[in-house]
Amino acid sequence: MENYRIAIYILIAIIVTNLIRVVPMALIKGPIHNRFVRSFLYYVPYVTLAVMTFPDMILTTPTPLPGVVALIAGIIAAWFRLGLFPVAAICCVIVYLMTL
Amino acid sequence: MKKIQTDKKQDILHGLRDGIPIAMGYFAVAFSLGIIAVKAGLTAPMGFLSSFFTRASAGEYGTYTLITVNAAYVEVVAMCLVVNLRYMLMSAALSQKIAPKTSWWHRLLMACCITDEVFGISVAHPGYTPPAYTYSAALISTLFWASGCALGIVAGSLLPQQMATALSVSLYGMFLAIIIPPCHKDKNVLYTLIVSFTLSGLCAIAPVVSQMNSGMRTVVLTIVISAAAAWLKPIKIKADGEL
Repeated sequence: MENYRIAIYILIAIIVTNLIRVVPMALIKGPIHNRFVRSFLYYVPYVTLAVMTFPDMILTTPTPLPGVVALIAGIIAAWFRLGLFPVAAICCVIVYLMTL
Repeated sequence: MKKIQTDKKQDILHGLRDGIPIAMGYFAVAFSLGIIAVKAGLTAPMGFLSSFFTRASAGEYGTYTLITVNAAYVEVVAMCLVVNLRYMLMSAALSQKIAPKTSWWHRLLMACCITDEVFGISVAHPGYTPPAYTYSAALISTLFWASGCALGIVAGSLLPQQMATALSVSLYGMFLAIIIPPCHKDKNVLYTLIVSFTLSGLCAIAPVVSQMNSGMRTVVLTIVISAAAAWLKPIKIKADGEL
C-alpha cells in the first residue's frame, strides 16, 4: 500500500489517542469535591491494570502454566516492592525457562 | 528561587529513576509491536514517529492490524476511542494530582504524557505530582518505546520465538509492580484487585461477554468495578481536600 495512506491512518490514531488524553484534563478545572467521583477516579487505575493483566497474561504464553507461575511470582515480587523492572524481569525469565 | 531550581532537578532525576525501568519494558514490548507493524507496511522511521506520538500499546496494535486489512478510516477512529477510553479516566484522575496553581499548558502536556505506566507512577507520587517528574519519565520511556518499535520493524524476524514470548509478559509484570504495593496501606485496593481479577477471568470464559472485543471489556469492567468500589468503600477525604 502507498505510504500516503498509511500516514493518514497513523495521523488519525495520533490525533484521536491524544485528544482522549487531553479533553478531560481541559474540562476539569480545579479539584473535584464530589466524594463518589473522587473515589471512582481513585480506583480506576487499579481496576484497569488488573483487568488488563488477568487473564491476558496467562493467554499470552503458549500454554497457560508458564503464565500462571509468572503471574504468581510477579504478585509475590511486587508485594515485596521489588520495583517495576525486577518484577517484569522475573516474569520474563520464568516464562523463558518454562517454554525452553 | 534556588530551592525551586534544586527541587526541579530532583523531580527530573526521580522521573528518570522511575522512568528507566518502564523504558526497558517498553523497549521489549515495542519490539514485538514492530513485528506487527511490518505487516502493515510501516518503515522504521514511520514506526518511530507513530509510536513516539501515539504511545498506546493496545491502540497501536489495533491500528496496525486495521491498516493490514485496509480498513476504513472511521474504523481506526472507533477502535482508538474504545481501546484508549481508559486514558480519559486516567486524565480525569491525574487532574486531581496536579497542584492548583499549575498552568494550563502544563496540565495539557501532562495529560499527553499519560500511558498506563507513566500515569501509574505519576499518581503514586506522594502529594501533588510535579510536571517535571512526569515529563522526564515520559520522555525517556517514549524514546525507548519509539526506538523499540523501529528496531522491531528492522530486526523483528531475527529474534528466537521463545525470547519473543518471554518478552511479551514484561508489560504484565510492570502492571503488577504498579498495582500490588499500594495494597499494603489500603486494604480496599486489595479487595478491589481480587474482585477485578475474578470478574475479568469470568468474563473471558463466559458466553456472550467473552465475544466482546477485549478493549471494550476492559472499559466496561473498569467502570462497573470502580463505581461499585467507590460506592461501597469511598475514600476518606481530609479537611484540606487532599487525598
